[in-house]
Amino acid sequence: MAKSESELTWQDIEVGMIATEPANARQYQTGTWRSQRPTYNFDRCIKCGLCYIYCPEGCIYQNAKGHFETNLFYCKGCGICAQECPTRAITMAEEEE
Amino acid sequence: MVDKRGLEVSVAIGEAVKLADADVIAAYPITPQTHIVENLAQLVADGELDAEFIPVESEHSAMSACLGSAATGARTFTATAGQGLELMHEVLYVASSMRLPIVMTVANRALSAPLSVWGDHSDVMSVRDTGWIQIFTENGQEVVDNVLCAFRIAEDHRVLLPVMIHLDGFHLSHMIEAMFFPEQGEVDQFLPPNNYPLPLDPNKPVTMGDFGPPAIYSEAKWAQEVNIRASRDVILQCWQEFGDRFGRHYSPVEHYRTEDAKVLLLTMGSFSETAATAVDEMRSEGKNVGLVKLRLWRPFPFDEIRQAVKGAEVLIVLDRALSFGGPGGPVCSEIKSALYQQEKSPKVVSFVGGLGGRDIQVADFKEIVERGTEIAEKGSSREFEMFGVRGE
Ligand code: SF4
Ligand code: SF4
Repeated sequence: MAKSESELTWQDIEVGMIATEPANARQYQTGTWRSQRPTYNFDRCIKCGLCYIYCPEGCIYQNAKGHFETNLFYCKGCGICAQECPTRAITMAEEEE
Repeated sequence: MVDKRGLEVSVAIGEAVKLADADVIAAYPITPQTHIVENLAQLVADGELDAEFIPVESEHSAMSACLGSAATGARTFTATAGQGLELMHEVLYVASSMRLPIVMTVANRALSAPLSVWGDHSDVMSVRDTGWIQIFTENGQEVVDNVLCAFRIAEDHRVLLPVMIHLDGFHLSHMIEAMFFPEQGEVDQFLPPNNYPLPLDPNKPVTMGDFGPPAIYSEAKWAQEVNIRASRDVILQCWQEFGDRFGRHYSPVEHYRTEDAKVLLLTMGSFSETAATAVDEMRSEGKNVGLVKLRLWRPFPFDEIRQAVKGAEVLIVLDRALSFGGPGGPVCSEIKSALYQQEKSPKVVSFVGGLGGRDIQVADFKEIVERGTEIAEKGSSREFEMFGVRGE
């Protein structure tokens, strides 16, 4: 997609607003919805992957050291990961702005 | 050889759908549309029409199945009436917004309560703003012709919108009439195969009915508005070509003996036939009366309406639906707004009548014209007249 959604004019829209490009929802930054962000204390993390399983956004990934982390482009800040983490390795922090 | 046959109009619709070679019919029977669906089911069962007939469990499902069918590029037909149209209401918007060419005949019926299976335009008016192209028909021949035109208009790449053909329940749907049916070869020439531009196809996946956040919703709606307004030219072109080929001509607003008429009556649907007879009688009595018939309801023919009523002093509009607590008949209020900014326009008088299947006969139309003319002269404290209602 050349233009972002907020730049498209009515003439740019495909007939019936059909999306011809598969998986273009990837470009949708749901991270802007967030008021709190998950922060990790890797010292406490036992790499169980529960946060990864529970995240409804599917935006948690495993980094090179085997710890789990959040992709903040998509994270909506729901706090489910922090709630489910058995070792309290995740804390929700207020977004400043 | 000309194929002229006497058939019930509902059955004739089946003949038209067969001539159009529809691929999918998804419909639920409801009075007074039942014969349309029953006959189509029979045609498919007998192998006379090579189509999928989907016997759905409700009208909501009927229209939903039509969405899926049209999205694959299949030529899609359905029919309903009254409460059935109301039950598919939310899906109607989806069909037009997703720009899916579906053709539907509506055997216009009153809405409950009290329960009424008889005809009026309450169902038409409740779907006014759903984004469908809507055409009124007066007799069986017009229904047959316009079903054929509807497929061509709907599937035209400049349009890609669903089309509703309105026919009055019972008054027209159950009428037995002699009609001309074009030959298959002629229809094939007039109606090219459906070629939906972005059909559902596993080899070229697309997403339909996507999410539209605030950043894009207005653009999507404006695109739809521009599109339905522009469909007018394609509709006119289609009717022109139909007329050239088959000799029967249609236009958004039609006139009957309006030349020099001081008083005009405006009707839609099958009641126009009776109104025309009333006009003939009044003309022979030396009265300067004419009839204007509204054929194209959406997109609304603003220019044609203004042109049609230009010279008249009084315009009497008969609606077959009520807008409770509103400005009078729904069609009349649109006509008033179309004329409001004009320098010179006739006095417009709104009548509501023919509700829930009540007949309006020739003598009644003459009375409407008489009373309407009087109201135009003397004025009235009411927004509209409720014709034929008992009680003071
Ligand atoms: S806060 Fe919610 S969305 Fe963000 S990573 Fe945790 S579970 Fe996923
Ligand atoms: S749930 Fe907690 S402990 Fe388990 S992987 Fe995620 S952060 Fe680490």
